[in-house]
Amino acid sequence: MITVKKLVKRFGMKTVLRGVDFEVQPGEFVALLGPNGAGKTTFLRILASLSRPSLGQVNVAGYRLPDQAAAVRARLGVVSHLPLLYGDLTAEENLRFYGRMYGVSKIENRISEVLQMVGLENRRRDLVRTFSRGMQQRLAIGRAVLHDPDVMLFDEPYTGLDQDASSMLDDVLRSVAAQGRTVVMTSHDLARAEDLATRFDILSRGVIAASASRKELRKSNLLEFYKKALAN
Amino acid sequence: MEPKPIALKVLDVISIILLGVATYLALVFAPTEAVMGQVQRVFYFHIGTAWVGLLGFLLAAGTGVAYLVTKDAKWDIIEVAAVEISLVFFLITIILGSIWARPVWNTWWTWDPRLTTAAITELIYIAYFMLREGIEDPDRRARFGAVYTLIGGVSAPITFMVIRLFRTIHPVIIGSGDPGAQGTFAMTGGMKVAFFFALFTFTVVFVDLFWNRIRMGNLAAKVEQLKLNVMQ
Amino acid sequence: MDTEERSAGDRPLTIKTPAQISSAAPRPLSNFLKATLAVTWKDLAAEFRSRELFSAMLVFSLLVILIFNFALELDIKTRQSVTSGVLWVTFAFAGTLGLNRSMAVEKDRGCLDGLLLAPVDRAAIYFGKVISNLAFMLIVEAFVLPVYSFLYNVNLFKAGLLLVILLGSIGYTAVGTLLSSMAVQTRTRDVLLPILLFPVAVPVLIAAVKASGGFLTGDDFANILPWVNLLIVYDVIFIAIAFMVFDYVVEE
Repeated sequence: MITVKKLVKRFGMKTVLRGVDFEVQPGEFVALLGPNGAGKTTFLRILASLSRPSLGQVNVAGYRLPDQAAAVRARLGVVSHLPLLYGDLTAEENLRFYGRMYGVSKIENRISEVLQMVGLENRRRDLVRTFSRGMQQRLAIGRAVLHDPDVMLFDEPYTGLDQDASSMLDDVLRSVAAQGRTVVMTSHDLARAEDLATRFDILSRGVIAASASRKELRKSNLLEFYKKALAN
Repeated sequence: MEPKPIALKVLDVISIILLGVATYLALVFAPTEAVMGQVQRVFYFHIGTAWVGLLGFLLAAGTGVAYLVTKDAKWDIIEVAAVEISLVFFLITIILGSIWARPVWNTWWTWDPRLTTAAITELIYIAYFMLREGIEDPDRRARFGAVYTLIGGVSAPITFMVIRLFRTIHPVIIGSGDPGAQGTFAMTGGMKVAFFFALFTFTVVFVDLFWNRIRMGNLAAKVEQLKLNVMQ
Repeated sequence: MDTEERSAGDRPLTIKTPAQISSAAPRPLSNFLKATLAVTWKDLAAEFRSRELFSAMLVFSLLVILIFNFALELDIKTRQSVTSGVLWVTFAFAGTLGLNRSMAVEKDRGCLDGLLLAPVDRAAIYFGKVISNLAFMLIVEAFVLPVYSFLYNVNLFKAGLLLVILLGSIGYTAVGTLLSSMAVQTRTRDVLLPILLFPVAVPVLIAAVKASGGFLTGDDFANILPWVNLLIVYDVIFIAIAFMVFDYVVEE
């Protein structure tokens, strides 16, 4: 579903990603872990077609980036640590707007469906400005699945959420993944990642330092694996 | 550090000698103009510097387009060089023009199309540097800079046309058509020598400064690169 | 796009080959228009609810006129010659206020990324923003004109003047929207827009002031025509440039 080969990203003369090889099979839930400044967000922005690769090949959902970006975008749902929502619009107006941008048909049905999924149907006519951080983040996920994408990217979705909001977000993320979508999530919260993901990749100093599936991890725990990968 | 190319050193020396000769021609050799007197001698350098400013302006707009098409960082370095040189020389032009205008038109400043357009172009250049100052990412800085020089490069000629719709009092020296303009004069042989020599001199000075400035830009880029290497 | 026909239940895990959906094929014009209108609709809906922009622009405009009244001693004689200038300075200042705010909203909750993630031509986003910014400016102008007429007892409702206001506002917002989308991505975003915008908007402002003044004093149309032509030329050129370079302003 996602194939990345020898990806290099430079900002001016600063090299952030130095040859990333990364492969995700359909239906996998990959947690991309790593310290701050390792290039996780940059990598995700490239997969999301928001940033252009300097060198290397990037394929998402069967299309090349950056030249087939429009086709990739139609199959991609992105949740970042910012909600990407308009505070002066209601929940349903936000979804209606993004629905139009994605050309979603039967918009009203789909909006109800999505609001129900993220547990906000009773707040559909309230301004997003009045929502708590956790509610905004759930609506952001609703926005991201609105056009039924094959691939979902989550960039630190738990940033700024309290315990309750986080566990609610867990449920929503699980249900999103259960619908057979391919997911890549960056996080520095190992415990959450361990609960959700089927595979763990460690990004360090601009390359994938280690990768292990949930099965392979049985013997050691994630924290040990993470520390070992960073030590190398 | 790489040594300065011999050709550039030679050009530096030639520029200085030419400037000396041009100064002699303008201040001593050329006959004194009958009506305006000594102050008319400012005219030779006034046109020379204006010519350099214009060259820099055209180059800046052109390199802006070249950068957007090729995304090659070298165009960005050339663009900054062109803008800087043009900024300085238009400023000298405006100052020399004021020195001329005071006795001839009895005012330091007139809202003449050329003068006003030069002044507005200076403001565009200042805005250009303020824009670049506010951006960290070198690629984005180069892109925005290129877009802005392109916009400025198109708007300045329109500004000129707009202001010319007002009546002008600026003399048109070569191929003059406007008999009403004050300060017009016919160039005699000695004046022509001084005039064309000044034009030639400033063209050489422009090439010399431009070359030096690009070399400096390249060295600055190299220093940046070395700093990054040390940090990593 | 074919995503339209699918729903959450029956999702195929197989990937469609690029031959089936070619991104190289030009997207139909109707999609472009739909996206443009969606962006405009979103801006207007949010604005009609909060009225933050309108009220700020409107109060600001009235204050500018008030200050001009005392700064210029707008008696009957001076009024004749300065009305068009006062109006356009007011519009330009209020316009900058609106342009700045309208782009800041996109940056606030990361919405600009949200727009860029949508599978639409980026130019559609630009035009959507231009139309809503233009609408804000025209609405404010529609308030300012009668107030000015009322305060100074001049008739500003002349077809020619309204045309000039429309043409001038189009050029101003076309360039302003492009530059404000650059300004919000810089460190100095709050102060940068007028500095970037005013020197390149000089032609529109001068032409608009001259043309408006001509219509107000009942000048010969032949004398006004060159200014109107300049406005049209400026509008066309800068809309075309913005259309071509907007991609460079939002990409990374």
